[in-house]
Amino acid sequence: MRAKTIDRIATGVIVAVAVLIMAVLASLIGYLLFRGLPHISWHFLTSFPQAIKAGGGIGPQLFNSIFLLVLTMIITIPLGLGAGIYMSEYAKRGPITNFIRLVVEVLSSFPSIVVGLFGLLVIVNTFNLGYSLLSGALALTVFNLPMMVRLTEQSLRSVPQEQKEAGLALGMSRWKTITSVMLPVALPSIVTGTVLAAGRVFGEAAALLFTAGMSSPRLDFTDWNPLHPTSPLNPMRPAETLAVHIWKINSEGLAPDAGEIAAGASAVLVITILLFNLGARWFGRVLYRKLTASK
Amino acid sequence: MIEIEKLQLYYGEFQALKNIRLSIPERSITAFIGPSGCGKSTLLRTLNRMNDSIPGVRIEGRVELQGKDIYSADTEVESLRKRVGMVFQQPNPFPKSIYDNVAYGPRLHGKLKKADLDELVERSLRAASLWEEVKDNLKKSALGLSGGQQQRLCIARALAVEPEVLLMDESTSALDPISTTKIEELTRELSRSYTIVMVTHNMHQAARISDRTVFFLNGEVVEAADTQMLFSSPVDQRTEDYISGRFG
Repeated sequence: MRAKTIDRIATGVIVAVAVLIMAVLASLIGYLLFRGLPHISWHFLTSFPQAIKAGGGIGPQLFNSIFLLVLTMIITIPLGLGAGIYMSEYAKRGPITNFIRLVVEVLSSFPSIVVGLFGLLVIVNTFNLGYSLLSGALALTVFNLPMMVRLTEQSLRSVPQEQKEAGLALGMSRWKTITSVMLPVALPSIVTGTVLAAGRVFGEAAALLFTAGMSSPRLDFTDWNPLHPTSPLNPMRPAETLAVHIWKINSEGLAPDAGEIAAGASAVLVITILLFNLGARWFGRVLYRKLTASK
Repeated sequence: MIEIEKLQLYYGEFQALKNIRLSIPERSITAFIGPSGCGKSTLLRTLNRMNDSIPGVRIEGRVELQGKDIYSADTEVESLRKRVGMVFQQPNPFPKSIYDNVAYGPRLHGKLKKADLDELVERSLRAASLWEEVKDNLKKSALGLSGGQQQRLCIARALAVEPEVLLMDESTSALDPISTTKIEELTRELSRSYTIVMVTHNMHQAARISDRTVFFLNGEVVEAADTQMLFSSPVDQRTEDYISGRFG
């Protein structure tokens, strides 16, 4: 009888905690959407922001966020995959490897404002890249890369040893075994993790304040030559992202509808990240089915 | 077929195999028996150099496959493993379709026309007596098969790269009795065209299907003889104790 009572109490507590967390999350998202959704319109998503007048949009910021994400991923994915494969398959066990792993873990939990200041000192000033998309992408790489490395390493490690041996025993080289046996098995979780990491990059603000900058040039969305200073594709131009924009108009916005714009932009940000998460799960599942021929 | 000469194997300080001399005849089944930790699996895995990747392993002596030392500097491990296939204790099909599992090795080792590949897959699955059960479901996932079917699929996958030797590391120990019988019959069948070396925990299995039996104890070969001889009139007292169930 006593064991049963304790069991009931424990179940009750756990359910209560779960409900509490759900409630907090749901009310948070609900509040953001409730405040922001009414302001979202096609005009809001595509037009330029206004400094003093009402009716500004977030077009360039949305574009900047997406473009910066793409740039960051172009840098991080190959590096992260390579380092992760090295850590899980090639690195010899020992103090040096453990030290590298420790460094990677510390890096991935770095406060992003520190990454931003590091970016300002090293990337923006020392390397003289200025406030630019490229600087922003490199700063984001600093804290996204460790996540990619860990993710790849852990995904590869979770591939059963038997699978690896099966590949080797068929006369495949180590590299062939990694690329044709282990990576396909690990790929769905790598992809899911990458998209989740992308969500974090998309919402990042602090690391970008001093690297990608807090302003955008007057972009000309008809000029797609990456070498022109007002071209959206120019990686050397400053670029205020959506998250930075929210921070900026909240703290120093002069437009009469600054509050509404911040709310609308926040809702866009949250919706995008939600879509990333759902998309990651869906894509991971589809990929797993496709690669493993399971229904 | 395989000649092992003065083979010593160390895991760091620990000597797992001591001065092994053994010859394994062609187109027959040789069974390695002995209690856990006696080195029988370790020896099996030296025959296709699967021990190479374990840190701290050191090997001395010679292992000759058709007169050529497989541990010589000019041996390519990949082509050795193509000639010496392996089936593991746990069925380990790739999480892919049945067809892709069997076609995996051939695809990586060379370009084959679709028709030739189809034929090779069918031949391998027939040789592993699995064809009749899966021929209508070749595109289905291998993970949907039963344990015994999965193990026969692994045999088919190993056969598809056309090896000369097939190593079986306790390949029935994870299976039910009916699947075990099927694999045993299949193994007998395969020994007409392949040299088979099997490790088994089950003495009766060795007695039932092998041509020669090697008894291991503490990293040494105690006795190697024709199976009938070894089980009916063992020369060494320790062999007799083991097969009569006094230890192990």
